[in-house]
Amino acid sequence: MLYAKLVTSTVPHAKIKRIDFSKALQIPGVVKVVTGKDFPYRVGMYAGDRDLLAIDKVRWVGHPVAAVIAESLESAEKAVDLVDIEYEELPAVFDPLEALKHDAPLIHEKMEEYRHSPAFKPIPGTNIANKFTLVKGDVERGFREADVIIEEQFYIPHVSHCYMEVQNVVAHYHLDGTVEIWTSWQNVAPIRQIMALSLGIPHNKIIVRIPYVGGGFGGKAGLGWEALVAVLSKEAGFRPVKLVLSRREQFTVAAVREGFYGFAKAGFKKDGKFIAYDVKFILDAGAYADYTVNVGRAVGYSADGSYDIPNIRVESLTVYTNKIPTTALRGFGYPESHWVLEQIMDRAAEKIGLDPAEIRRINLVKPGISETCTGERLREDAGNPEKVLQTLLEEIEWNVPPEKPGEPWKIRSKGLALFVKGPAQPPNAAASAILKFNEDASVDLLIATGNFGQGTITGLIQIVAEEFGLPLEKIRVDYIRDTHKSAYTWQTVGSRGLFTDGIAILRAIEDAKKQIFRVASEVLRCPEDHLELVNGEVRVKGKPWEKIPLQDIVMGYTYPNGNSIGGPVIGRGVFMSTHTTYLDPETGQGNPTIFHTFGGAAVDVEIDLLTGEIKVLKIVQVLDLGRVINPLLVKQQVNGGSLMGLSIGSYEQIKFDERGWVVNPNFTNYYLIRIKDIPKEVVWKAVETAQSDGPYGARGVGELTMIGIAPAIANAIYRATKVKINQLPMNPENLWKAFKEQRPDLFDEALKMFIESKKLVEVRA
Amino acid sequence: MVHKITLTVNGYKRTVEVKDNELLLDVLRDKLKIKGLKAACWRGECGLCTVLLNGKLVKSCLVLAVEVDGSEIVTVEGLSRDGELTELQKAFIEHGALQCGFCTPAFVLASHQLLLENPNPTDEEIKEKLSGILCRCGTYYEIIEAIKSASNFYRKKQR
Ligand code: FES
Ligand code: FES
Repeated sequence: MLYAKLVTSTVPHAKIKRIDFSKALQIPGVVKVVTGKDFPYRVGMYAGDRDLLAIDKVRWVGHPVAAVIAESLESAEKAVDLVDIEYEELPAVFDPLEALKHDAPLIHEKMEEYRHSPAFKPIPGTNIANKFTLVKGDVERGFREADVIIEEQFYIPHVSHCYMEVQNVVAHYHLDGTVEIWTSWQNVAPIRQIMALSLGIPHNKIIVRIPYVGGGFGGKAGLGWEALVAVLSKEAGFRPVKLVLSRREQFTVAAVREGFYGFAKAGFKKDGKFIAYDVKFILDAGAYADYTVNVGRAVGYSADGSYDIPNIRVESLTVYTNKIPTTALRGFGYPESHWVLEQIMDRAAEKIGLDPAEIRRINLVKPGISETCTGERLREDAGNPEKVLQTLLEEIEWNVPPEKPGEPWKIRSKGLALFVKGPAQPPNAAASAILKFNEDASVDLLIATGNFGQGTITGLIQIVAEEFGLPLEKIRVDYIRDTHKSAYTWQTVGSRGLFTDGIAILRAIEDAKKQIFRVASEVLRCPEDHLELVNGEVRVKGKPWEKIPLQDIVMGYTYPNGNSIGGPVIGRGVFMSTHTTYLDPETGQGNPTIFHTFGGAAVDVEIDLLTGEIKVLKIVQVLDLGRVINPLLVKQQVNGGSLMGLSIGSYEQIKFDERGWVVNPNFTNYYLIRIKDIPKEVVWKAVETAQSDGPYGARGVGELTMIGIAPAIANAIYRATKVKINQLPMNPENLWKAFKEQRPDLFDEALKMFIESKKLVEVRA
Repeated sequence: MVHKITLTVNGYKRTVEVKDNELLLDVLRDKLKIKGLKAACWRGECGLCTVLLNGKLVKSCLVLAVEVDGSEIVTVEGLSRDGELTELQKAFIEHGALQCGFCTPAFVLASHQLLLENPNPTDEEIKEKLSGILCRCGTYYEIIEAIKSASNFYRKKQR
C-alpha cells in the first residue's frame, strides 16, 4: 500500500507560477509527486466546478495543489513540506456580499464550461454559482395591505460536520483498467457516476465499496477524494494508494457547511395573517459550490416553512468566495431558512400582541387545501401540522410559566419553532431493491442505502421480516455497499432512505410473494388470493393446517416423484417518484420533494443575564412521521439531532482570519457538545398521519430533529427579554453582547441583584 | 532508533519493533492490527483512541509506544470472552447507545472501567467520567441509560 498526502495552498487566491518538488523526490520512499496539470478534470454533482488538484490557480488557503505518493505516511509527510510553490497573488474576497459587487475579484473565470445539472443557473462573469428565484402572488400588493412589517437580517457562520471518522479512501487502478475503490462515504452510486462522466471510465469498470461509515451528516455525499486517489494509483504504477485526511484538513481542506445571510421583510395583517414575505438568502459557498448550489435551492423553496403565505418572493444566491468549499449538512438549507422564518414569527407575534403559538396556528398550512410556495398542493395525508403544534404545546406546558430560578439575575423561558422538511433530490432520483431467498428461507437483501448511523437498515430489515413472517435474524443485509453487488439507489441523503428504499423493498417483497404464491397455489390446489404468509409458512386462509413451509418453495417445489416447479425466488422492486418536477427557473414553481415531514421543537431554558450563558433544561420534539416503524430508532434520531442542533446553535463556528486561514481547526478551539453539556431531558412525541404511498405510511426523520432547536432557543430568549439573537452561535460572548447592547436596563438590574446577593452573603459571613 | 518492546495486549504477549516517535495508537492499530480503537483528532481531544493502560484509561495518541514497554493494555476487544458480548455491550445495543458506532469502543471501554470503580454511578458521575470522549451522532443519553442498566452486573460481581 502506498500513502498519499496533500500539499495545500498557503494563500487564498493566486496564480501558480511554479511548483518545484525536486527536493521532495529525494526523500527516501517517495514514489511520485503529481500536480493539477497532470489531471485537467472537472468533477462534481450539481455545479460540476471542482478540480482534483489546483489547475493554474488556487482559490482558498487549503486548496490541494499537489499530492505526494510514498511508501510510508512518514515519508509522504516529510516530502510535503519540501514541495516549493511560487504564487502570484490575486486579490481575494472572503465575504459573499463583497463577492457580489461588480468589481469583486472573479473566482471562477470559466464557469460557462462547467457541466452543471439543469436545475441550476450559474451566472458566468460573476461569483454567482447559482441564482434561485421564486415568485408567488404579488408581494408588493401584500406589503401595501399589511398592517405590520418586520425587517430583519440574520447570519449563520460556517460549521464543520465533525463526523468522527475522517474522510479516507483507498483506490486501486488495476492493469486491466478496472478501478477499485474503498471509501468512507455515504453513497456508492454518485462516485461511480461522476468518475465515469469526468474521467471517461466505463461504469462497469469502476467498483466502489463502502463498509460501515463513522458518520456522514451530508458531508460525505456526492464525490469525495475517490477520483483523485484513483488517478494517483494509476500514476504510481497501478499500486493501491491510501489517503486519510487529518482533523485539521477536515476543517481546512474538506468541504464544510456554508456561511449564510438572510435578509427578510415580512408583512402581517392586524389579525396575525402572514400576507407577504420577501426574503433574500446569500450563501457563502467558498471556493467550490458543487453541492451548495442545491442547498441554495432548498433554502429558497423552503422559505415558507409550515405556513400559508399568499405573496412571497425569494431570491437565493450561492456565492463563491476565497474560503473553504462547502457542501450539504444535516437539514440541507432548512435549518437556515427556519432560523430566519421562525424568528420572524415571534417578532411579528410580539408586535401584533399575539401569542407565538397563536400566530402560528393562524398561518399553518392545511394539507389538502393549501399550496406551498412552490405551488404544490399539499396532499391531504401530507401531515397534520395543527396537531403537531397542539401536541408540542401540551408537552412543553406552554401555558404554565416556568419556575423562577433561585438566582435573580437568571431568567427561565420557553420558546418554540415549527419546521417541515423533505428530501432535496433531483425529480428522477430512483431506488431499487433485490431480495434473494436462500435454501433455508433466509433472505439476502441487496440494497445500496448507506449505513452511517441512521439505523435505516434496521427499519428496512424489519419490513422484510414482518412481510414474510420471518424472524429478524433470517434477513441479512451485508455491511458493505458495492456498486457491483448492491442494488442501485441514487443516494442516501435528505432523510430519504427509509421512504425510497423502503418502497423499493415493499415492491420486491410483493414480487417475491407473487412467485411464492404461484407455486403454492399449484401445490395446495387453491387460488392465489386465498393464500397467506404466516410464520414462514404459506397457508390457506381459514385452514391453517393446509400449508407449506417457505423453505420448500423458495428454491422450487419438488413433488414426491421428483417433478419440480417454480425455482429460486428473487424479488425485485424499484422506487421512482412520479410527481416531482424541476422547478420553473424564474418562478420556482413545481413539485420539489417526495414528502414533507412536519414537526416542531420547544425548549425550556435558563438564561444568565450576566454571563450570557444559557442552559437548556428540556427539549420537546414532535414529529409527524406518518408511521413509527421502530421507536428506538426514532428516539436515537431525536436525541442525536437535538444535541447536534444544540451544539451548532450554541458553540460551533469555523473562524477565519483576515487572510482566509481557519484559526480553530481542532476540537479544542472548535467546541462540540460533550456528555456533560446535555440538557436534563429530551422528550419526543409522534403524530402519525400515514402517507398512503409511504412504506406503511412512514416518512423520513433523520435531519428534521435538528432544524427547530436553534430558533426555539432564540425565541425563548426573545420572549423573556425582547433581545433579538439574529446570529449564531448563541455562545456567552454573543449573547452577553446582545443583552448589554439591546437591554442595558435588564443587564444593570441583574448586575445590581448579583452584587446585592453577594453583600448579603458577606454580611451573613 | 528502533526499539523492541513487549506489550501484553488483551491478555496476549506481543513483541514489536517501534521507532522513538511512534504513538501507542499507531502501533496498536497499524502494527498489531487492533482496530477497536479509533482516532478522530490525533491530539488528545476526541478520546476515541482510549485504552486501558495498566488499569488506567489513557488516550493512546498521547503516549509514545517506547514509554510503555512491558505494560498491560486492554482494548474493547479484550472485554468479551469467547465471542459472547459482555452485559455492558449488550446494554449498549439494547438501549441504542450507538449510531454510527465509531465512538462506541471508547465509550464501552471507559464505561466498563467506570463501573468497575463505581458500580453505582449517578448521572453526574457518569458525565464527569465520560466527558473526554466525543460522539457526534449524539448517543449520550442512551449511553447513560446503558451504563445504568448494566450497573447491576458490576454490583453483583463485587459482592
Ligand atoms: S485520537 Fe486520541 S484523543 Fe483523539
Ligand atoms: S455513534 Fe457515531 S460518533 Fe458516536
